[in-house]
Amino acid sequence: MKLLTLNFLTCAVKACKSSSASFPLHPKDCELVSDTIAPNPQLVYNVLPRIDWNALVTTASELGFPTLPATAPTKEELENDEKMMKELHTLLLETSVSEGILVCGNCGHEYRVKEGIANFLLPNHLV
Amino acid sequence: MAAEQLAPEKYEEQHVHEVYEQIASHFSSTRYKPWPIVESFLHSLSPGSVGLDVGCGNGKYLAVNQDVFIIGSDRSSNLVKIAAKHEPHTAIVADTLALPHQTGRFDFAISIAVVHHFSTPERRREAVKAILGFLKEGGNALVYVWALEQKNSRRGWDEGHEQDVMVPWVMKSGKKNLNEDGSTEKTFQRYYHLYRSGELEDDIVGVGGKVVESGYEKDNWWAICQRRLQS
Repeated sequence: MKLLTLNFLTCAVKACKSSSASFPLHPKDCELVSDTIAPNPQLVYNVLPRIDWNALVTTASELGFPTLPATAPTKEELENDEKMMKELHTLLLETSVSEGILVCGNCGHEYRVKEGIANFLLPNHLV
Repeated sequence: MAAEQLAPEKYEEQHVHEVYEQIASHFSSTRYKPWPIVESFLHSLSPGSVGLDVGCGNGKYLAVNQDVFIIGSDRSSNLVKIAAKHEPHTAIVADTLALPHQTGRFDFAISIAVVHHFSTPERRREAVKAILGFLKEGGNALVYVWALEQKNSRRGWDEGHEQDVMVPWVMKSGKKNLNEDGSTEKTFQRYYHLYRSGELEDDIVGVGGKVVESGYEKDNWWAICQRRLQS
């Protein structure tokens, strides 16, 4: 599961949706893999304004990546900064969680990631 | 209601989820050609759009546009394994009525041949409501369901026919014997609710959505819909 995905997912438990503590989910004991994907600057430029930057900063730091700038680069900054463009491409689209756990900061429920696929099916008592 | 004796979620587990889990790879090998209206909807999106494919199956619609980012989801982990191979997207295992997506974050959503697998009117509406809730203001969702009116199809259903039906999936295997008697065919029954004309639009409006465009294509009803803006 790509890192970018974590910027859009919260807990599957309905009662957690309204709690700010449920987003982003916290990776625990995660193994990461890096795949090579053809660069697509159009995609990265235009995804950028859709990203919750604070959440991305949190996710990146929890996964042990170098600290991201506190505010998101603008499209113009990104267009003139090939290095940052490449780093974002790598972080958002090439980096995936292959094994591990995603934890809800509100209810503590743990979602398992196995062979790159996160499973959000809830046990009966949480549905 | 199709199942008096079983709770609807149990009924769907047995007559939808377990079937897809078992037929996943055979089903997937027959599902590769995108339907034209879905394909043109996906091509109309601006680059960098972020959206959902709710009930993505084998992910055939994840292959259409690589300039957008789609989070596909499906109940069947065997189908998600196949769907997860489409770059640059992601596929997760999740229930359509308990998705982990943040509300109001997505530019678009598609849900193709999925909502008709819910076995009560309430659950079908809940599914549509959930999909609409994930959209940003102005974001479009494209929903496809099987039509009752399809007298020229090989099933031959039409107006007046029972709307809650079991549809067989026949799996053939040339190599291994699937049955105790040595035969190589196995039939699975899947539950469907066949939508009559106008029913999908009623469901959308009934949960506070707005129909932007709707129509009929090859035995299916489809609708493009939005959240109604709060005034």
